[in-house]
Amino acid sequence: MNAANRTASTAAANAVASSLVGRRQRSVGARLFLFYLVFSTGFGLVALAVLLGTILVDGLPFLDLTLLTGAPSSNPGMAGARPAILASIMVAIVLVATALPLAVATGVYLEEFAPRDRWWIRLIELNIQNLAAIPSIIFGILGLAFLVRGLGLGPVLLAGALILGLQMLPTVIIAAREALRAVPASVRQGGMALGATRLQVVWREVLPAAIPGIATGSILGLSRAVGETAPLLMVGAATFVSYNPGLLTQYTVLPILIYQWMRLPQADFQGLAAAAIIVLLALLIAMNGFAIWMRNRHERKW
Amino acid sequence: MAANTNLPLRDRSTALIHGRKRTGERVVIGTLASAAIVSILVTIGIVLALLGPSLEFFRDVSLGEFFTTTTWAPLFTPPRYGVVPLLTGTLSTTFWACVICLPLGLGSAIYLSEYASRRVRAAVKPVLEVLAGIPTVVLGYFALTFLTPLLRSIGWQVDIFNAFSAGVIIGVLLLPTVASLSEDAMKAVPSSLREGSFGLGANRFQVSTRVVVPAAVSGIAASMVLAVSRAIGETTIVLIAAGQLAQTTLMPGDAVETMTAFIAATGSGDVSVGTIAYKTIFAVGLTLFVITLALNIVAIRMVRRFREVYE
Repeated sequence: MNAANRTASTAAANAVASSLVGRRQRSVGARLFLFYLVFSTGFGLVALAVLLGTILVDGLPFLDLTLLTGAPSSNPGMAGARPAILASIMVAIVLVATALPLAVATGVYLEEFAPRDRWWIRLIELNIQNLAAIPSIIFGILGLAFLVRGLGLGPVLLAGALILGLQMLPTVIIAAREALRAVPASVRQGGMALGATRLQVVWREVLPAAIPGIATGSILGLSRAVGETAPLLMVGAATFVSYNPGLLTQYTVLPILIYQWMRLPQADFQGLAAAAIIVLLALLIAMNGFAIWMRNRHERKW
Repeated sequence: MAANTNLPLRDRSTALIHGRKRTGERVVIGTLASAAIVSILVTIGIVLALLGPSLEFFRDVSLGEFFTTTTWAPLFTPPRYGVVPLLTGTLSTTFWACVICLPLGLGSAIYLSEYASRRVRAAVKPVLEVLAGIPTVVLGYFALTFLTPLLRSIGWQVDIFNAFSAGVIIGVLLLPTVASLSEDAMKAVPSSLREGSFGLGANRFQVSTRVVVPAAVSGIAASMVLAVSRAIGETTIVLIAAGQLAQTTLMPGDAVETMTAFIAATGSGDVSVGTIAYKTIFAVGLTLFVITLALNIVAIRMVRRFREVYE
């Protein structure tokens, strides 16, 4: 039974139930319960509204061209976030070039080719589920031990991006698998019946059909990584950087810059932090908007 | 003769089942498989990164001192390595996070799954997803510059950095997670169960609380265990809003240092490699890893059990 069918029958049952219930006096317990449900749902919505309102009120007066084009400075009047904005964009590009293909390849392998019943495949699946729930700061420790100190890469942008990439893997793998699973088996069977090999079927039929789902999951993982703070603190992103970052230079990304500004004693830096938050949220909204556009453009109904 | 006629047939059937063996195809599938191995390497890397320095740490500091004494001052002279203040700090923020996200997340889930019309659900769910996607540094800012001053303005003299504000905002962050995972669990309850109880004259309140929630209980519990694990591991919000004062207290208005905040604060400072202060990062990290790993395994097992029931 598919989801739409189920929803429809639930809706029908609900309609019947409400017409029956409507005639009776609702018990006090039922009313209190409904109040609890509406309060719970409203709480999250109100919290989000107040949060965004606070940020806009604090940040809008400080949102100007200097913030976008200037470099960090100890003088709040001249301080800008350009190096951090560029670094955040570069991190996103590195992630798209490294972690994203790796995660999609893993998803394709597990969903399309892996021998499901083998213990080592189950181990990989269990491992991915667990990785998805490991605290981000632990990934920071991994980066500190292996990339920054062990490999001697130092506190450079590439090291930070790679750590965020590893942290992003499970989210994108799980999303990619779900997208692939949603492609009906008939597509695969049709391709095979015409003599295509499994790889040809996956590459030419299944993967293109799953692209919208994979893209949505990828953007979700990407925006989490771009908004991430904690693991980058461990790999030395919390430095004063006034030049445009390169792959192998020191760097500060937007969330870290916000964190640093927030901790400065001058009140103006609080406002700058809020303004930088607006820039960060705008960046994330742009990424997610792209994902939604992509999904709507390529979505297919089976 | 018999062998000759059998052979091509057998060949043909294997060709149909396995396809032609192309080397290129094998190489590509092998490459995809090696991508899957990376995730295993990450876990092995994490365990190795944590274990090495931790073992060295516990050569110098006894497990008894680490887990039973109540002063945490690894950078002072003489250094003290009692992890209890970090544990109570984590417990304190996690408790307030749970007070918010567990009941409210469950309430949202029941509302969205059992009560809301399709239009309301279509409007509310994306908004909750946005809330779950807000970067933690933004939520930390909100806790420090909005919630804490608000608490003070209504006459509760909390510290500037306090466990309560940080915990409540972690709860807000996790509310959508609990709501979404619990809703998935309730959606998996077959509608025949609902229809059956509606048919017996139950109202929606009775169906929700006596049929749907009990039927989905292991999925709901799993979402809650996962939320506890996330709350324990949350770093940025506590670092910004709960402070970095390692004291053994469970008072909500007090500044505390959590395990995660200690790791982040020490790791972002300039600690030289090989010193015992450097190794404390890994010892505390290992403690955190073991706690969250245990919770994750519990959650994964619960989800698996609930899947077996209805599929």
